[in-house]
Amino acid sequence: MIGATIHELTTAYAAGERSPVAVAEAYLARIDALDPRVGAYLTLMRDEALAAARLSEARYRAGRPVGPLDGAPVALKDVFCTRGVRTTCGSRILETFVPPYDATLVDRLRAAGAVILGKTNMDEFAMGSSTEHSAFHVTRNPWDLTRVPGGSSGGSAAAVAGGLAAGAFGTDTGGSVRQPAAFCGVVGLKPTYGRVSRYGLVAFASSLDHVAPFALDIVDTALLLGAVAGHDPLDATSVAAPVPDYVAALAGGVQGLRIGVPDEYFGAGLDPEIERAVRVAIDVLRELGATIERVSLPSTEHGVATYYVVAPAEASSNLARYDGVKYGLRVPGKDLIDMASRTRAAGFGAEVKRRIMLGTYALSAGYHDAYYGQAQKVRTLVRREFEAAFARVDLLAAPTTPSVAFAHGAKSDPLAMYMNDVYTIPASMTGLPAVSVPCGFNAAGLPIGLQLIGRALDEPTLLRAAHAYEQATPWRQRRPVLS
Amino acid sequence: MSSGGARRRTPGEPPATVVRGGPPSYDTVIGLEVHAQLATSSKMFCGCPTTFGAAPNSRTCPICLGMPGVLPVTNRRAVELGVRAALALDLRVNAACRFARKHYYYPDMPKNFQISQYEEPLAEDGWLEIDTPDGARRIGIQRLHLEEDVGRLVHEGDFAAAQASLVDYNRSGVPLMETVSRPDLRSPEEAAIYLRAFRAVLLYLGVCDGNMEQGSLRCDANVSLRPRGASELGTKVEIKNLNSFRNVQRALEYEVQRQADALAAGRRIVQETRLFDADRGTTRPMRSKEYAHDYRYFPEPDLVPLRLDPAWIASVRVTLPELPRARRQRFVSQYGLPAYDAEILTQSRALAEYYEAAVRAHANAKGISNWVMTELLRELGGDDEAALARSPIAPAALAALVRLIDDGTISGRIAKDVFARMLAGGGDPEAIVRREGLTQVADAGALEVLVDQAIAANPKAVADFKSGKAAAAKAFVGQVMKASGGKANPAIVDRLVQEKLSRI
Amino acid sequence: MISREDVEHVARLARLALSEAESERMREQLSGILAYIDTLRALDTAGVEPTSHAVPLVNVMRDDETRPCLSQDVALANAPDRSDDFFRVPRIIED
Repeated sequence: MIGATIHELTTAYAAGERSPVAVAEAYLARIDALDPRVGAYLTLMRDEALAAARLSEARYRAGRPVGPLDGAPVALKDVFCTRGVRTTCGSRILETFVPPYDATLVDRLRAAGAVILGKTNMDEFAMGSSTEHSAFHVTRNPWDLTRVPGGSSGGSAAAVAGGLAAGAFGTDTGGSVRQPAAFCGVVGLKPTYGRVSRYGLVAFASSLDHVAPFALDIVDTALLLGAVAGHDPLDATSVAAPVPDYVAALAGGVQGLRIGVPDEYFGAGLDPEIERAVRVAIDVLRELGATIERVSLPSTEHGVATYYVVAPAEASSNLARYDGVKYGLRVPGKDLIDMASRTRAAGFGAEVKRRIMLGTYALSAGYHDAYYGQAQKVRTLVRREFEAAFARVDLLAAPTTPSVAFAHGAKSDPLAMYMNDVYTIPASMTGLPAVSVPCGFNAAGLPIGLQLIGRALDEPTLLRAAHAYEQATPWRQRRPVLS
Repeated sequence: MSSGGARRRTPGEPPATVVRGGPPSYDTVIGLEVHAQLATSSKMFCGCPTTFGAAPNSRTCPICLGMPGVLPVTNRRAVELGVRAALALDLRVNAACRFARKHYYYPDMPKNFQISQYEEPLAEDGWLEIDTPDGARRIGIQRLHLEEDVGRLVHEGDFAAAQASLVDYNRSGVPLMETVSRPDLRSPEEAAIYLRAFRAVLLYLGVCDGNMEQGSLRCDANVSLRPRGASELGTKVEIKNLNSFRNVQRALEYEVQRQADALAAGRRIVQETRLFDADRGTTRPMRSKEYAHDYRYFPEPDLVPLRLDPAWIASVRVTLPELPRARRQRFVSQYGLPAYDAEILTQSRALAEYYEAAVRAHANAKGISNWVMTELLRELGGDDEAALARSPIAPAALAALVRLIDDGTISGRIAKDVFARMLAGGGDPEAIVRREGLTQVADAGALEVLVDQAIAANPKAVADFKSGKAAAAKAFVGQVMKASGGKANPAIVDRLVQEKLSRI
Repeated sequence: MISREDVEHVARLARLALSEAESERMREQLSGILAYIDTLRALDTAGVEPTSHAVPLVNVMRDDETRPCLSQDVALANAPDRSDDFFRVPRIIED
C-alpha cells in the first residue's frame, strides 16, 4: 500500500477496501520509523491528520466523499501558512511563528478532503537547490541517503519518493519543484504563473513563485492541480480562466503533437547519461506519434544571470518584514536598528543573507537600471523567444537538470549551486507551465528527469504528453528501498 | 514677518522676506505635500474597516499586519475617489498607472516597504486656484498618487527619555491620496490658504472628511529661500506632519525666519527634515536620519497595472459637484452677497445647499444669509452634512420665517422668538405665529392709542425731547413695544412717535 | 569588484549586522556572482519593455467591502514583545 498513488488509494476508499484512518496511521508510523533518516518533515500534524482521516472515512461510509482527493495523505512544504500550526520556511527567524490563517492552497486541500500529514523541510525561504540550507536539518534523497533530494522543496520531494506521503506541494521559483522531482524520481509540475493562488505562500520572489505539486504519476498530478487551481480574489495575480478537468484531458495521446527540442539545453555542462536518457525519452514520444524538431532559444545562457538579479531583488524586498517587531525571532538590541540588525543576522542563514545583499545592491541607487532594470528587459527577450518557438511547436522537451542528485556538501560554491537551475529557470521567468517526469536512471541508480514545457494555461496538453510518455515506460514501478 | 512692515506691495508682486538687520531680500518658496485619507469603508489593500478611534490593534488582519504570505488587492473605491480628486484639481489622469514598493525600515510600516506609486502615478499636472490678499493665484499640482497609510507610533512615557515605542497598526493600510504641489507658494499665509482651499475641495467631493485632528488630512511642507533675482532655488528643508492650518502657518513662519537668520549670519542651510514643535512654535531636526533614504523603488509585483477606461473617467467627471471657489464666486454674482457671506456660506457643501434651498423658497438672499450665518450656525454646532441633517429647521421653514418678517407679519425681534420655538420643537413658523398670537400689530390706529398713552405717561421724557434730546423719543418706542408685548411694528411706532412729539 | 564600503553600505540598507569575517567573505562571494551577472549588461535591450508581471492582467480590484478583523489577542499573539494592546519595540534613535 505504501507507494500507492492517490487515485489508487481513493478508489480503494470508495470501494470500501481501504480505510482512510488506517492509511493515515500507516503513513504516520512509516514517518516515525524512517523519517529520522530521511529528514523530510519539519512538523508532523498527527492529530489534525487523524481527525481529517476520521471525517473522510465517515464521508466514504455515508457514500458521500467530496471528491477524488478525499482522504489522500499529502505533505506541504513549510512555506505555506497553516492556521495554528507553526510555519517556519526552514528559517530560525520564523521558528516560532504560528500563522492565524490558512493559505488558499490549504483551504482548498481541506475542502477537497485531503489529509495533511505535516510540513516538510526546505531550503530557507525557498532559496537553494539542495535543501542543505534549512536552518533545522538536511533532507536526504531516499534513493541514496548520502545525496541531496534537490531543493528548495526537497522535503516534499523526498516524502513522496520515500513513501512518506502520497502526494505533496512545494513551490517552484527557479526550479524548486521540478529539480527535486528529477533528483527524487517523482513527477513535479510547475503550473502556469497565476494558475494557483499564492495567497498564504510566504513570498520569496513574487513574480516567480509558483505553487507546484509533487506526485507519483501524472493522474495524481492532474488531481492535485485540479483541486487547487483557479481564481482567488485574495491574489490579484491569479488568473480567472476556467479550470479544465485535467484528468479527463489526459486521454488522447500525442499523435500529431509537435515537440521542439531546444539546442541550448544540450550543450556543455550536461551529464552525458542524462542527455542519453532524455534523447531516448524524446524518441519514445516520436514513436508514440509526436513530430520532433529542433528549436533554438539563444537567451537560455542568460537565464541564470537574469534570475539571480530578479529573484534576489524581489526577495530582499519580501524579506524586509522580518525584523523582530511583529512576529518571529527577536534578538535584543540597544535600539531599534540594533535589534533589527542583530535579529536578521541571527535569524537568517548564509544563503539568504547572500541573496538579500545581492538583491539590495541590484535595486540600490546607481545600480538599479544596470542590474534590475536590465534583467527585467532580458526577461522579455527570453519570453519572446519562447513565443516564437510556440508558433511552431506545441511543447518543448529537454532535460530537467544538468546533473543527477549530488552528494551533501558537494556544491559549496554558490555559483556552482545556481547553475543547477539552468534548464528550469526559463519556464519560471516566463511563467509557462513545465513538468518533470521520470525518464530513467543513471548507472548508479539515480533518477533522471525529462522536462516538458508548454504554452501558458495549456496544462492539458502538457500533462497529456507526460501521461502518454509515462504510460509507455516502466520508470514508475521502480521505487527506492528504505528500511 | 513675510511682508516687512507697512510697505504696500503692488498687486502680483510676491511678498518679500526681509532678513532681520538688513538686505538682501529673499523670495520664500514653499511647496506642500498633502496626504488625505480617502473616505472608503475598507482599507486600501484589505477588508479591514477604516474607522477611527478603535482600540489599538483591533482593526487589523494578516494583510495589513504584513504577515508572511499575504497579498494586497486594490480597493476600487479608493481609485474612484482618487480620480474624482484628480479631475476636480485639473490633473491629467494617466491612461496607465501602477503601484510601486517604497522601501525603508520603520516599525510603523509592517512590511518595511510601503505600497505607493512612483514613476507612473494616477494623475499629473494640475492646479488649484486660490484667493490671496494679493488676488487670485494659480498653484500648480505636480502629481497625485495613491498609497497605503502606515501605523501609529506612540512613545512609551516621555519622548526624550523613552526606552521603547508602542505600535498600533489600526491605521496601517488605510487608503491615502498624496498630492505634491509645485513650489509656487510664496508665503506661509499663502500656504495656509492653499491648504484650506484644498481641504474644502476634498470635502465638497466627499473624497476625504478633512479631519485634521484625527489625521485624515496631513501636510508636509518644503521651504527654501531664494535670493531675489536668482534663478536657482535655495536649499530646501522639509517640515513634517503639520496637523492644523494654524500650525502650518506658524511652522513656516518660524522656519522662514530661521533660514533667513542663518543666511544673514553667513551660514549654509542644511538639507534636512525637521519636525514642528507646536508647544514652542519652533522646528527642530528629526531624530532619525530617515530622510537619507534610498527607497529602491520597483513596480509592485503583487498588483497588476491599472488601465483606466477613458469613458469611465468621463462618467466620473460628470458627477463632479460645483467646487467651493466657483460656488463662492457665484454666490457673489448671482445673489449679490458680500464676499464675507459667500465665504461662510460655502465652507461646506451641505451648508451651501441648505442656503440655496432656502433662497429658492423665498428670494431674500441677504436676509436669509444673515439668519443662516448668525442664528442657524450658532445653534447647529457644525456646518457639515451631519449637523444640518440634525437641524429641526428645514431650509423652507427658515425661508418662511424670513418671509414673515419681510411681509410685515412679525418683527425681527419676534422672529427670534419664533426661531427658538422652531429649534425646540420643529414646526412651521406661520403656524407658530398664529398659535401664539405673535402677529405684528401694524394697525396704525391701534398703535396711535398706545403711543398717546406712552406720551401721556411720560411728561419728563417729553420735556427732555422738547429741550433738544432727540434720543428721548426712544423711551416712547420702548414703552409701546412693551405695552404691545413686542408685537408692535417698530417702524410704524417710530414714525407715529416722531409725528406726535413734533406736534406737541 | 564590489568594495568593502559597498558591502557595509548595503548591509546597513538591508539591516544585516555582519561581522568583519562575514563582510569579507560576502565581498568575495558577491564579487564573483556580480562578475557573472555582469554578462547581462552587454546585451542589447534598447526599446525592450521590462517584464514586471508574468501574466498580462490589468485592473484587478476589489469592491470596497469590509471583512472581519483579527481580534487583538490574535493580532498580537506572535508579538515578541507586547505591552497591553500594543506591539512594543526598542527606542528609535539616530542612525
